[in-house]
Amino acid sequence: MKTICFITIAFMLLGPALSWAEYDYIDISNPFLRKIPVAVPFFKTAIINDAETQISSKAADLLSKTFEFTGYFKTIDRNAYLLAPNNSDIDSPNFRNWRSIGAELLITGGLSVKNNTMEMELRLFDTFKEQLLIGKIYKGKINDQRKIIHRFCSEVIYLFSGNWGYFNSKIAFVSTGSGNKEIYICEFDGYNPKQITHDSSITLSPAWSLNAKWIAYTSYARGKPDLYIRHLTEKRGAVVARKGINSTPAWVPGKFSLAATLSFSGDQEIYLLTGTGKIIKRLTHKRGIDTSPTWSPEGKKIAFVSKRSGTPQIYIKNLDSGRIKRLTFEGRYNTQPSWSPKGDKIAYSAMENNESNIRVINVDGSNLVQLTNNAGENESPSWAPDGSLIAFSSTREGPSRIYIMTAYGTDQRRLLTLSGEQTNPDWSPRVINK
Amino acid sequence: MKKKLWISLALLLVIPGLLFTVSCAKKAVKVEPSAVTEPSEEPAEEKVVEAPITAPTEEEALVAAKEVAEEEERKKEELIKEEEVEAVEEEKVEAVEAEEAKLEEIAAKNQFTYEDIYFEFDKSTLLPMALDTLKKKAEYLFDHTYITAVIEGHCDERGTNEYNLALGDRRAESAKSFLVDLGILPTRLTTVSYGEERPVDPRHNREAWAKNRRAHFVIE
Repeated sequence: MKTICFITIAFMLLGPALSWAEYDYIDISNPFLRKIPVAVPFFKTAIINDAETQISSKAADLLSKTFEFTGYFKTIDRNAYLLAPNNSDIDSPNFRNWRSIGAELLITGGLSVKNNTMEMELRLFDTFKEQLLIGKIYKGKINDQRKIIHRFCSEVIYLFSGNWGYFNSKIAFVSTGSGNKEIYICEFDGYNPKQITHDSSITLSPAWSLNAKWIAYTSYARGKPDLYIRHLTEKRGAVVARKGINSTPAWVPGKFSLAATLSFSGDQEIYLLTGTGKIIKRLTHKRGIDTSPTWSPEGKKIAFVSKRSGTPQIYIKNLDSGRIKRLTFEGRYNTQPSWSPKGDKIAYSAMENNESNIRVINVDGSNLVQLTNNAGENESPSWAPDGSLIAFSSTREGPSRIYIMTAYGTDQRRLLTLSGEQTNPDWSPRVINK
Repeated sequence: MKKKLWISLALLLVIPGLLFTVSCAKKAVKVEPSAVTEPSEEPAEEKVVEAPITAPTEEEALVAAKEVAEEEERKKEELIKEEEVEAVEEEKVEAVEAEEAKLEEIAAKNQFTYEDIYFEFDKSTLLPMALDTLKKKAEYLFDHTYITAVIEGHCDERGTNEYNLALGDRRAESAKSFLVDLGILPTRLTTVSYGEERPVDPRHNREAWAKNRRAHFVIE
């Protein structure tokens, strides 16, 4: 009898012990449920003077905020820290102290400023393993602070998830602050919004190209909906101004070509165009509305909206085989599909009872989930380049604003607030080699 | 015996009496021409009644001629006056008609521009009332062959901007093809879709939505 008890107890103890050996930092089944607690004390400064202290606190704050933006982490309130900032060793911290306040990760930073240049050391530690995970030294101008912090965050995310995240990416959107619908861009966290069109008419549907170099959008600058393809920094581009509508641009991933809706033939169909606006070929061939294309990450399939079965629904076309398959069967109005850069899911706007919500469905049609509910009109989903977050527009507060949420619908928060109303966000691909 | 006698006596008197009243015709009045035809005895008093048969004297002739001339003058002046009055009247009528025509023209143009055609939610098919309105617009276009128009297609705010841009396009084209089928040259009509971007009623209720689902005509 006793032996049986001992053996069962031994097995029960063995089980968990086996799983202690290795663990993933981020649970891929729902990585946003449990947020990893991180401590980010103020950075140590070489000299204790005003300028450096200011920079150091700003940098530490930006780091905390950016970690929280990802949805994977939560930063521990600095009031809980046991040691005064600037007092601990940045390269060999007292892990026990950090563990005791609940931190599983610790980031220390060191800063020194000379004239206009700055040197920043950043280290990521695992407090339980008492290990240095990432250590980097960055050199740059004082104004490069954000870039440096973002580069470090990319390294952290790459370590944990295997992809580089979105810290260099931008979001484009439409805003009516100037009195008309114009295109604006901002950084992925809402920082530094800028107006980039000044057409004083109506602009719609911005779409970023590879590396966020070009942006395509529809504008009524010439009195009708034409498609503009514009280089962001150099003054060059093309216009597609055929008869009818020229709308819904969607760049082919990794290529200088895009799909768009053109109706010059008398029917609204999707065409493949070069980056200079020339038609390569026609992609849909059915009478009735076909619009709003979105590409799969390898560029071999498109999801689009079609009214071919009577109500607007989302279809997927394999461009190699030509096969078309209907994706959505729930609801009578499903539009604005956006294909996740991970390739497995499609987010879209579903309107039911005059209320619009964001839904996500697997590419094979399974696992339909609705991510917003009872919160005004939620439309126009756009995935972050690593597929972990979704930007969308919401009228839950009254005027339409850009919101961010995780791919699972958690952590819904407003990105930024400008005058007027903000709609139609488009999240750029990652900007490499900045 | 006495009765029979009286009766036969009465009959004897009555029957011939009847005969006499029937057969006697009225005495006709004999016309005696000699009494009427004697005007030469009193010519002065009878001049007014009849034109004198006898030849007038020179003086008399001059006076007569003068009077005739004056009469004619008077008649001419009267005629001219009448014509003038008529002309003025005509001018007035013309002016009024011109005013009316102008107003009609403005009304027709306004009707063309302000009368929109409406659609059901998520549809671009033409409703019967829309067909009637379009026929009126066709008439206007036939009457004014130099006019070209832009047909705008609009949607209500529900649904997404991109889809509504396509739907507005279909609505404008729907209206255009009906007019082309009626015989209007397609080169006279251009279509533009505004999707949900230019609502005519900014409210968020069914009434506003119904007003916004429209095709609108603009004279170029």
